[in-house]
Amino acid sequence: MTWTDVHSTEARFARALLDPARPVPWDLADPAGHADALRLAVHRNTVSAALTGALEARFPTVRRLVGDAFFRAVARTFAAIDRPRSPLLHEYGTGFPDFVADFRPADAVPYLADVARVDDAWMRAYVAADADPLSLDRLAALDPEALAGASLVPHPATSLVVSPHPAGSIWMAHRSDPVGPVADWRGEGVLVVRPDASVDVHVLPGRDVAFAAAVLTGRPLAEAAAAVTDPAFDFGRALVGLVSAGAFVAVTPALGDPA
Amino acid sequence: MSASVTLPPRAGIGLKAEHVLRILDERPAIGFVEIHAENYMVDGGPRLRHLEAVRSRWPLSVHGVGLSIGGEGPPDRVHLGRLKALVDRFRPTAVSEHLAWSSHGGEHLPDLLPLPYTAATLARVVDHVDEVQQTLGRAILLENPSTYVRFAQDTMEETAFLAAIADRTGCGLLLDVNNVVVSAANHGFDPEAWIRRFPLDRVGEIHLAGYAETRDGAGRRLLIDAHGSPVAPEVEALYRFVLRLAGPRPTLVEWDNDVPSLETLLWQQDRADRAILAECGAAVPA
Repeated sequence: MTWTDVHSTEARFARALLDPARPVPWDLADPAGHADALRLAVHRNTVSAALTGALEARFPTVRRLVGDAFFRAVARTFAAIDRPRSPLLHEYGTGFPDFVADFRPADAVPYLADVARVDDAWMRAYVAADADPLSLDRLAALDPEALAGASLVPHPATSLVVSPHPAGSIWMAHRSDPVGPVADWRGEGVLVVRPDASVDVHVLPGRDVAFAAAVLTGRPLAEAAAAVTDPAFDFGRALVGLVSAGAFVAVTPALGDPA
Repeated sequence: MSASVTLPPRAGIGLKAEHVLRILDERPAIGFVEIHAENYMVDGGPRLRHLEAVRSRWPLSVHGVGLSIGGEGPPDRVHLGRLKALVDRFRPTAVSEHLAWSSHGGEHLPDLLPLPYTAATLARVVDHVDEVQQTLGRAILLENPSTYVRFAQDTMEETAFLAAIADRTGCGLLLDVNNVVVSAANHGFDPEAWIRRFPLDRVGEIHLAGYAETRDGAGRRLLIDAHGSPVAPEVEALYRFVLRLAGPRPTLVEWDNDVPSLETLLWQQDRADRAILAECGAAVPA
């Protein structure tokens, strides 16, 4: 729904609310009948605090990494250009990781955007639809030929963040108190899943990342494995790892389907 | 369209994620539990599971904050559909929303924004409440706002405006006593006189909360509906005044920002329960 009367009371109020440089609308009155900027500012502050609060709730690890003051500054800058279209504030901020990636004052923290992507994946997993994950038993019922041609359907909660930085290890280090060390500074694939009630974050072995990414986009298992160049890659071990994490809900063609 | 089943005339608390496991485990003596509808408009996950467990133990009140019933345009039908799905699934005892707007031009402004009180805005709000009630298949409670500005166009007084909505739509009213205190201070009216004009027989639920305090551009005391502190003494006094006039009503203590410990929340809830007992006696009507 879009209301288009730009001259309406509501349009005037909304414009003044979003742009502090505008004068207070003539029709707003205090007890003496005057338009009082500080009274309108109460609403402006409430909107700003709600948007910042929504981003703090979605990106707690980013906030911990950069501190409250810097986070609020980034959040306010983001909220000035990307405002919610929906009353569901737990969906607000999906564009925040890309914004952070291009946010010059954060250039000194090059891994910040990928940590934000892990936070974002965590929240999406937390509110995703419930589904029983595909079990290893069901997969084991497939003969090797059928397995090679099969694709796996990702669980609604599953996502993979592939980073040139140790984004998963940094994320985990900042979820503990005190902040833990990051032992190994190299790129990571971070698998976020919610097989049941709680969200799990796994740092995948480096050799399995390309395979996981291919399987999660629906490519048949043999094709996904063939694309991996790392000699340390072990198809069986990688597959068992992903399936037992609860990353999938089904196999296609389904068991018993004609090939 | 009637609200045939009502919340118990006792004090309840708002459900906070940080308290839910303890509440389910310790089962405190609370009259009902209230949620913000939008927080539970999710596809799945722990929130809905916890709400199912809470719903099986206490009466539930679903309080919407995003329907923009006071807006110039009709309520967002996608959002209304989400509210209906939530209400159909959890069968709350009460459903409430605000006399305010929060969406404009397809954008959401996360606040409860004020509207002028005129014959035209009244007709519009009545249409919106009708649509919401028809969609949900039940009556809702509409909450009086806290306001910081009034409009030059106003031709109706707030209690008359709310009473007219209730008369024309059959909706009930949610009386937020903190909002009355806040608006009375901000606009310089007498809160007890406001309460005497208000159709108390329509009140299906009461809200209490804490306010914050600042100054406006002319240096006048300006109260802000902040929901981040205990219920103020003047709010409790006005609440007791309401109880003496109206009798016991389901009462929620709202504390949504800087959420305190469960003990502090239950202490506030117990204070409201004691006020009901003190002002209305032990014999609460069924």
